[in-house]
Amino acid sequence: MISQMNFFERIVYILGKYGTSYLKGAGTTLVIAVVSTLIGCLIGFAAGIIQTIPIDKQRDSLIKRALLRGVWVILNVYVEVFRGTPMIVQAVFIYYGMSQLFNIQLGMWQSAFLVVSVNTGAYMAESVRGGIISVDPGQMEGAKAIGMNHVQAMTNVILPQAFRNILPQIGNNLIINIKDTSVLSVISIVDLFFVHKSVSGALYTYFESATIVMLIYLTMTVVTSRLLRLLENKLDGSENYEMVDLMDIGTQLGKKRA
Amino acid sequence: MKGRETGTETAGKYILEIKNLEKSFGSHQVLKNISFTVEKGDVISVIGASGSGKSTMLRCINLLETATAGQILYHGSDIMDKKVDVPAYRKKVGMVFQSFNLFENMDVLQNCMVGQRKVAGKSKEEAEEKAVYYLKKVEMEAYIHAKPRQLSGGQKQRVAIARALAMEPEVLLFDEPTSALDPQMVGEVLNVMEKLAEEGLTMIIVTHEMVFAKDVSKRVLFMADGVIEEEGTPQDVFDAPKSERTKEFLARFRKQ
Repeated sequence: MISQMNFFERIVYILGKYGTSYLKGAGTTLVIAVVSTLIGCLIGFAAGIIQTIPIDKQRDSLIKRALLRGVWVILNVYVEVFRGTPMIVQAVFIYYGMSQLFNIQLGMWQSAFLVVSVNTGAYMAESVRGGIISVDPGQMEGAKAIGMNHVQAMTNVILPQAFRNILPQIGNNLIINIKDTSVLSVISIVDLFFVHKSVSGALYTYFESATIVMLIYLTMTVVTSRLLRLLENKLDGSENYEMVDLMDIGTQLGKKRA
Repeated sequence: MKGRETGTETAGKYILEIKNLEKSFGSHQVLKNISFTVEKGDVISVIGASGSGKSTMLRCINLLETATAGQILYHGSDIMDKKVDVPAYRKKVGMVFQSFNLFENMDVLQNCMVGQRKVAGKSKEEAEEKAVYYLKKVEMEAYIHAKPRQLSGGQKQRVAIARALAMEPEVLLFDEPTSALDPQMVGEVLNVMEKLAEEGLTMIIVTHEMVFAKDVSKRVLFMADGVIEEEGTPQDVFDAPKSERTKEFLARFRKQ
């Protein structure tokens, strides 16, 4: 019966029969991508911030310096390993390897979140480090000159600017994750790609199903990138500012405070 | 402020005593045997050719550079001592930069408040009041909601001065505050600085503005090749220079 339909009729037929499966798969894909990108960002920020702690040879104790250098080596190894191996291999490695090596049986969901988060973290670590380094050194000097310590300067001055600088990278990672979670079907996560494989396997409609899946992926990534652009514009604030009349300063500030 | 006591009898008289300060970058020595003192109310201009070590000296005083040898005594305590609380010292010895270094992620008012709030622990109301007070002093109170990128160079520098003043420092260091400005903006910044000098603020100013150095400062240091070649009142240094190098330097300026 399906063999007598034309291309569009088949697509309508597939959607009618498996539409909710596709939507559920897309939902799974989105949840894994968004949550893992957020966790990955936290990992990346932590790593990037630690990697940019300055060492003062004269004032810092030997213990602090040794400790910091030790942590840097570990972070470097982490970044190189997870950036340098394919995520599909990492997924298999963690899902099957953890139980054999450490006797820890991770569920496929835990493995999925872990793999994508840790992977994103490795990429974000470098982005955050770059974002921090690329803030004008004068900003740090300005902060120091009014008596801020490193933590105060970072939280109030450097990181807000670094965050704005790397926001496009975060968006990039989110979009990559929406697409790359498709490799998680290797550990039986029922994401959008897994649904595609099941449907096309059942009906032998590879091209039709791929068309549907392509459009769903594209919709998710386009909407995501638009939303991120909106966020960027919001963070940049208005190009205009109000001049404050001398007599109005009190009321202006009062309004802002209230 | 903890630090090694040095037992100088004159400690009470001086805010800062710079003693035999030296600074090398690798094998290149930029500062040699720099010694001078700063009293309350001093307005000291540091002049000299580019590359003579003026800015490096100022940055050493604020510990943005670490001097290789010598002492910097703040009320008699050596602040180059390892145990000194550097941020607490910098709160007392403020700095204004050639490139302004206003915080790009904050508006003008926040720039003048963040140090008071986070470093000095003042209440929001108090910090706001003080910020507005000093912004009025530099005539930038109308721009409290503007971001640094929306201001001209001269406006930025005046906000930077207000930001430093809001911490109520004992000494304010100026590192070529007008060198990055268009000629018509230089005046507005120098006027503010002149007003501060008249009000008795203690200042050390690295500058290429000879007229300002002559008219406003109480003392002038002329630096050449990393040493203080000549020191004295503006009249001494400008009208009756003793050193040949000072004469040469000033002659070049007069010709321009």
